[in-house]
Amino acid sequence: MATALSAKSLARRATTAPPELRKKPRPLEVLIQAFFFACGAVSILTTIGIVYVLGSEAWLFFRSPEVDLVEFFTTTSWVPAVGQFGIWSLVNATMMTTTFAMIVALPLGLASAIYLSEYASPGVRNVLKPILEILAGIPTVVYGYFALTFMTPLLRSIFGRDVVEIYNTASAGLVMGILILPLVSSMSEDALSAVPRSLREAAYALGATRLETAVRIVVPAALSGITAAFILAVSRAVGETMIVAIAAGAGPAFTFNPFKAAETMTGHIVRISGGDLSYDSIDYDSIFAIGLLLFLMTLVLNLISRAIMHRFREVYE
Amino acid sequence: MIKRSSHSAGLEPAPFGEDVQLRRNLAVRHRVGAVWHVLFLLALIIGIIALTALIYNILDQTFGLVAVEFKVPPHELAQDGVPLEELSDAQLIALLEARVSKGVLRRLKAEQPLEQRDREELLSLVYERVVQPKIVKSWSLTDSLLRRRSVELEVAQKYPSAQLQFRSWLNPNFINRPQSSDPQVAGVRTAILGSLWTIVITILVAFPLGVGAAIYLEEYAADNALNRLIQTNINNLAGVPSIIYGMLGLAIFVRALEPLTSGALVGGAADPTTANGRTILSAGLTLALLVLPLLIVNAQEAIRAVPSSLREAGYALGATKWQVIRDHVLPNALPGILTGTILSISRAMGETAPLIVVGASTYIVYDPYSPFFKFTTLPVQIYQWTARPQQGFRNIAAAAIVVLLVLLLSLNAAAIIMRNRFSRRLI
Repeated sequence: MATALSAKSLARRATTAPPELRKKPRPLEVLIQAFFFACGAVSILTTIGIVYVLGSEAWLFFRSPEVDLVEFFTTTSWVPAVGQFGIWSLVNATMMTTTFAMIVALPLGLASAIYLSEYASPGVRNVLKPILEILAGIPTVVYGYFALTFMTPLLRSIFGRDVVEIYNTASAGLVMGILILPLVSSMSEDALSAVPRSLREAAYALGATRLETAVRIVVPAALSGITAAFILAVSRAVGETMIVAIAAGAGPAFTFNPFKAAETMTGHIVRISGGDLSYDSIDYDSIFAIGLLLFLMTLVLNLISRAIMHRFREVYE
Repeated sequence: MIKRSSHSAGLEPAPFGEDVQLRRNLAVRHRVGAVWHVLFLLALIIGIIALTALIYNILDQTFGLVAVEFKVPPHELAQDGVPLEELSDAQLIALLEARVSKGVLRRLKAEQPLEQRDREELLSLVYERVVQPKIVKSWSLTDSLLRRRSVELEVAQKYPSAQLQFRSWLNPNFINRPQSSDPQVAGVRTAILGSLWTIVITILVAFPLGVGAAIYLEEYAADNALNRLIQTNINNLAGVPSIIYGMLGLAIFVRALEPLTSGALVGGAADPTTANGRTILSAGLTLALLVLPLLIVNAQEAIRAVPSSLREAGYALGATKWQVIRDHVLPNALPGILTGTILSISRAMGETAPLIVVGASTYIVYDPYSPFFKFTTLPVQIYQWTARPQQGFRNIAAAAIVVLLVLLLSLNAAAIIMRNRFSRRLI
């Protein structure tokens, strides 16, 4: 480029910046930036797609003559064959499995987080933490198999074969708790280790034991992070599918007995869509209505969790 | 309480009793501390026990004794004292000609003349068509090892004609054979191939999109409302249940884009009568959308870890933005990006729910050969086998789980190796 410029033209423009040093229009650069922006925009399109698909199909469902919006949210019987669409039997089963999962995941997750953050030496931590992470990496269908072939027989041998059905929400929920344990543990541990060291040292200086420091100083200081972890865990449990599809039961039932079979929202979607589904049927539209409700539930939980996390960040940075 | 009493003790000589009280309190506090120390550790140990139980349970079902009943016991087929396994090719063919019905024989010959088949094939034909072994009951590994005596007794009582054998459900045939309705001969070949096809499509779509989005967010995006929206949106998408992505895939890829995903548009429809839009392509695209948020977040972290001095050095030499990204940022972030990608892919590899919703086939016996083929994957296969109550399906489901876990483990090992290399580079 420099050779193309004659000395004459250079001399003439000596006072201003020579053209080869000015910023050139570079169409390729613009094109590349546009491409990268398009990649980022795909995520927006995905969200729009989800909302549109769920919304429009759910609209078709609620508009159809068999469905009554009030009945949908107030009744407890879901029998599409006779036009009964009461979401509560499905929501109730989801809440049952979620409750059992939380009974396992929250105390165990928090306790192991406290151990890893406050008690364990770096060596012990490096051994134990990856083992927990393996638990998080196992596919959920494997947990479903585990629930059906291990947890259910175990429950049946403890409580009796007539009490515990082959498919039951307790077994699915307990195994789901094991699945979610690493999530609670790692998020809580992050929150605990973000507590400034000076707080611990101040507690020790006042004569507090290790337990008192952990439980009365560190945990309260990290409470918002721990709460965020708990809420995210609930959201995970609500959206979890394969364990309940395999072990919780294949048929909507409104029951508070954890040893009876009951189908959750996710389990119902999987069973209905796993069969031969015709696109014009009310069954097809109904799973999108359930999906929309599921999406909204998890979204609200995730947003709350994020909001609490955000507050937590503001306090400690 | 304690603090106040020791404080007041500073004013006048501490009464003897109060000091004892303090020491006793201290002992109690230490004891409580020790108890909770154990309890906290116990929580971790329960997690480890659960993992052990899970692995034990799977291996327990993968190996074990089986009671086999034969239509024609192999020893009856021995000729002149020569056992079945050692018969010559000609003798095996003669056996088939004599014992297999005409129609089946004609079909077999039409596939490939018997004389042209090798010994192994002939032998397995004899087993399949003449001996016809049937597994009437299977036992877990634990029962097989510890309760052998009672198992033998049960077989003698309930299945007098059955023979007790030790069987590894995970065997070379299991890996090599296609799906079947008979658990003895069913295999995961089509499922593994289906998983690989799906994953390849997922990688081809998700990797460029994910890395592109990460580059945009880290290198180009100004701090304005739109870009903050994109970032928040990605974080929220990561929390959407996977089954919702399945419904998105069902409505968009399977239904709305059916001409494209069924292959009709490009004239590549593999199986136009049955596949519709429920193809490998639809499954791969659905999984791509599912792992995209995870992949973007991982890639962003890798790009952020590249020191800004490298970028500034590039700019100082007059490089354009794209040149800096291409020659400085990406090469340094690549190991991190690849690690994140492998982890995302191993997530996709284990996903089941969205694929069932998108419409995985329940029964495929042919190897997939194009992205417009009907699909099944390893986790879907495991789900379908687990859901069957018949004898033997639990066992092959366990064997398939072993295959899946080994695949995932090797993927994760690759990621860890890459991560170690990465951290060495930075130091």
